[in-house]
Amino acid sequence: MSYSSRVREILQKTGAVEGDTLQVRSDGHDHIGVLMPHHDFSHPDVVVLKLKSGYNVGVKVGPTSELTVVSKGSTREKTAREGISGKGKKQVAVLGTGGTIASYVDYRTGAVHPALSAGDLVATVPEIADICDVRAEVLFSIFSENMRAESWQRIAEEVADRINGGMEGCIIPHGTDTMGYTSAALSFMLEDLTRPVVLVGAQRSSDRPSSDAYTNLLSAARFIVDTDAAEVVVLMHSTSSDTSAAVHRGTKVRKMHTSRRDAFHSINEAPIATVDFEGPITFQGEHRRRSAGKTIARTAMETNVTLLQFYPGMSPTVFGSVLRNSRGAVLAGTGLGHVSSDMVEEVRKAVAGGTTVVMTSQCLYGMVDMNVYDTGRDLLTAGVISGGDMLPETAFVKLMWVLGQKDDEKSIRELMTTNLRGELTSRREQHERA
Amino acid sequence: MSEHELTCGLEIHQQLDTKKLFCDCPTSLVEEEGATFQRRLRPTTSELGEIDRAALVQAEKRMRFRYQAPPSASCLVDADEEPPHCANNEALDIVLTFAAMLKARPVDEVHFMRKIVIDGSNTTGFQRTAMIATDGLLEVNGRVISVPTFCLEEDAARKVDTKAGEITYRLDRLGIPLIEVATGPELHTPEEVKEAAQRLGSMMRATRKVKRGIGTIREDVNISIPGGSRIEIKGVQELRLLPIYVEKEVERQRSLLRIREVLKERKVSRRDAEVRDLTETFSKCPSKVIMGALKKGGKVLGVPLPGYAGVLRSPDAKLRLGAEMAQYARTKGVAGIFHSDELPNYGIEQGYVDEVRKTFELGPQDAFVLCADDVKKAEAALRAAVSRAYDALVGVPEETRDPLPDGTSAYSRPLPGAARMYPETDVPPITLEKERLDRIASNLPEMPEVRTARIASTYGVHEQQARQLVRDGWDDLFEEVASSKELAGTAARTLLSTLPELERQGVDISKLDESTLREAFTALSKGEFAKEAVPDVLSLMAKGKTVPQAIKELGISVMSTDEAANVVSRIVHEREGFVREKGTGAVGPLMGVVMGELKGKLDGKAASDLIKKEIEKLLSS
Repeated sequence: MSYSSRVREILQKTGAVEGDTLQVRSDGHDHIGVLMPHHDFSHPDVVVLKLKSGYNVGVKVGPTSELTVVSKGSTREKTAREGISGKGKKQVAVLGTGGTIASYVDYRTGAVHPALSAGDLVATVPEIADICDVRAEVLFSIFSENMRAESWQRIAEEVADRINGGMEGCIIPHGTDTMGYTSAALSFMLEDLTRPVVLVGAQRSSDRPSSDAYTNLLSAARFIVDTDAAEVVVLMHSTSSDTSAAVHRGTKVRKMHTSRRDAFHSINEAPIATVDFEGPITFQGEHRRRSAGKTIARTAMETNVTLLQFYPGMSPTVFGSVLRNSRGAVLAGTGLGHVSSDMVEEVRKAVAGGTTVVMTSQCLYGMVDMNVYDTGRDLLTAGVISGGDMLPETAFVKLMWVLGQKDDEKSIRELMTTNLRGELTSRREQHERA
Repeated sequence: MSEHELTCGLEIHQQLDTKKLFCDCPTSLVEEEGATFQRRLRPTTSELGEIDRAALVQAEKRMRFRYQAPPSASCLVDADEEPPHCANNEALDIVLTFAAMLKARPVDEVHFMRKIVIDGSNTTGFQRTAMIATDGLLEVNGRVISVPTFCLEEDAARKVDTKAGEITYRLDRLGIPLIEVATGPELHTPEEVKEAAQRLGSMMRATRKVKRGIGTIREDVNISIPGGSRIEIKGVQELRLLPIYVEKEVERQRSLLRIREVLKERKVSRRDAEVRDLTETFSKCPSKVIMGALKKGGKVLGVPLPGYAGVLRSPDAKLRLGAEMAQYARTKGVAGIFHSDELPNYGIEQGYVDEVRKTFELGPQDAFVLCADDVKKAEAALRAAVSRAYDALVGVPEETRDPLPDGTSAYSRPLPGAARMYPETDVPPITLEKERLDRIASNLPEMPEVRTARIASTYGVHEQQARQLVRDGWDDLFEEVASSKELAGTAARTLLSTLPELERQGVDISKLDESTLREAFTALSKGEFAKEAVPDVLSLMAKGKTVPQAIKELGISVMSTDEAANVVSRIVHEREGFVREKGTGAVGPLMGVVMGELKGKLDGKAASDLIKKEIEKLLSS
């Protein structure tokens, strides 16, 4: 809610703007404080004042209230901070994209702003200069839910450019909500990757003393400088403790909790590595090593691809047309990869009409197997491609990318069922479920 | 400026008896530890690049924190793993009720803030707090004191362990709602501070929705004297010690002002600390502290303090700047420092003192300090100590101090600066609608003075007693156990006289909480022992005995009337001559004999009735 028209008029008439010291007199009582931004959920007649004690209070401006500006606030120009550097150390590019990790709070107003420069971001972590020579810049500053294929393409191109320009690797601060999609997209786009690309986020904003941003950022820098890995990975806390971070393969990682620090999990495989905040970096299983040569960004993507989660009673009329109107579709089916028989019929029609349909499971853990039950066999007959143990989101991004690279059904099917970037695993071990 | 020799303000934190402020957890402290996790906190730069100075001091300690998360009393919100829920409405109502009782003005809209606290006691690194009302008034002994602010905030986690480099907290206490209320700096005697605290306490308890017992109310007292500075003694739990903290702090500040005069006369001025490695000099020193430090690879460092002889510790012990310096040094992780006013001592003989004086070329008015520890720690400690020494040139540094059990206090950290708060954007503001305020205004609880009058008239206790019961917070328990007029008298006497009496005798009455006392009164009302035995029963209960155990140990189970009559009859017949001579006049003297034999087993009035009856029987036979 914004101000009521009355309060807006009063503020305009008195020329009061945020940062000014106001006096509001109501029923013979005075409130004096600095005008703060109006809160979305504040009463429309309320102005928020910061009292001398530091507390904010809401003061109602009634019809008989008198509002005067006691003194004008000083305007403070926010100057972007220079990126600090660790001269002589390995160079690491930090490419800011937005999100909690890259936002800062205006302590005066409490408003959360995107960091103006990636320098702002790393300047709050001066220790990073002990690890590497940071080359920071902001590509864009958006909430991760507003990312689109173009965003992924831009990041991939910039990353390839930096790596080919001699950087040891790239750190990409990213909003956590869709970090798994971006990491999958970069994984597919960056063929022949010669250096590591680490997406890093924070579940607690960096204005808080308890923020996980610092430790995650520092660990990302260490992972780039101290290991031989050359993959697209996501690095986040491995537990609720500030003791270690897990490094997840970009195609296998999923946000599994709305708010915990250890929200990110590798699904159907163990994380690639663990970074002990005060100890070594330990690898588990295989990882792609660094190589010489050029990193190419193949960024073409088909954006007319849908991701649908099946649910009991899903309407064939509504979603049949969605399937038919999409170039590709990924279904997150039930169990081993099923949808209702009336949806099977819609899938058959869509495939016949030229839509590529890939089946994954909403169970997330485990593999799709459409040979076990009738419905599965019907789906295979209808022309559905099995997504194996791919995450629905990864299959979705992969399908966009594959359809961007190939037109013919045979190549598409072949690429979708071939493990390109670790997205398909053939073995799942007993302990790999969270 | 002030005409007063002493100016104090009080800040009281009282736990509320609701669920937690920002989640649905219960608010009781638990024994279980639950799973643990570890965190670090880090001071954050504000937009201006300023870091709060109190926050920085904490960060320098480089503490790591471990948290115990008992599942019955904490959840993801307490672990800083889930955003806070909306503020608890019942807690807000209690603060509004208390504010209305003090005729304060509620704000129109409540906005929660984050107050930076990075000692680990809050998993977030800040405490959530909101201003609820302003401009209240409190009457203390006929004088009206202003109560400018009424806040609702969350309690901090409970410290359960401290060891090298790591503090462990339990999350059960974190998030319990607190009323935080502050008086204006208008209290001018130590007694007045105590009375204001008692008055605020009884007003809060009148809401019937605050927690009771040790640790549920904590007082901070701000103390200043003319020429001194504002000192905050934070977290006093024992109300009766309040006046003593105030007195001792006045003494301390006066002594610091005298020290300033001495230093001024000597024309001492601040200079850089000249830290020197004296390890060589002390390599054979028999001092245990020094030997221990050197064995571990540490060093002995020293700093000269020209002009400071005699103020670090004067012969009459009235000037004790050295103690203040040591408290600053300890914040750097060392066990302590040595200063020249206390040497030779602690195994450091005169020869070593002379040697150091020679090294630093010190005159008779000059002093020095030493520290033996890991070289980094020792240097940081000495720098802190010397900086404190030079602060004495200005007078009394503003500080937050910890209360100690003996009524003195120790340096804890600098007074927090002003840049400590920014908005809690995760909690929506709460507009205080007229309907809500009207509902609260029309349902105000019984005020303490009304309750006093009612207790006096209902239970027939003296008004003075009734007032004391309410003031000391015994009124609830009293009303609960005073089921008859006689029991009311006993209960009042027990709570107001017997307990202090027992304490004077050295009984640990803190063990006698409300439920223990309730147990004793219940047994008393059932006639399981006589009221004369109350003090003995309670002193045993203070040692952990149950009522039946106490009765058994004292051998005082109440006798049946028949049994008692037999004893009385025997005593009367044994003294037949005396009884025949005195007639009913023998009742008084015989009371002593009877009660001597039946103490605690028979009520006094019953005894006197029995004696009378037996005497009459004897005389008429």
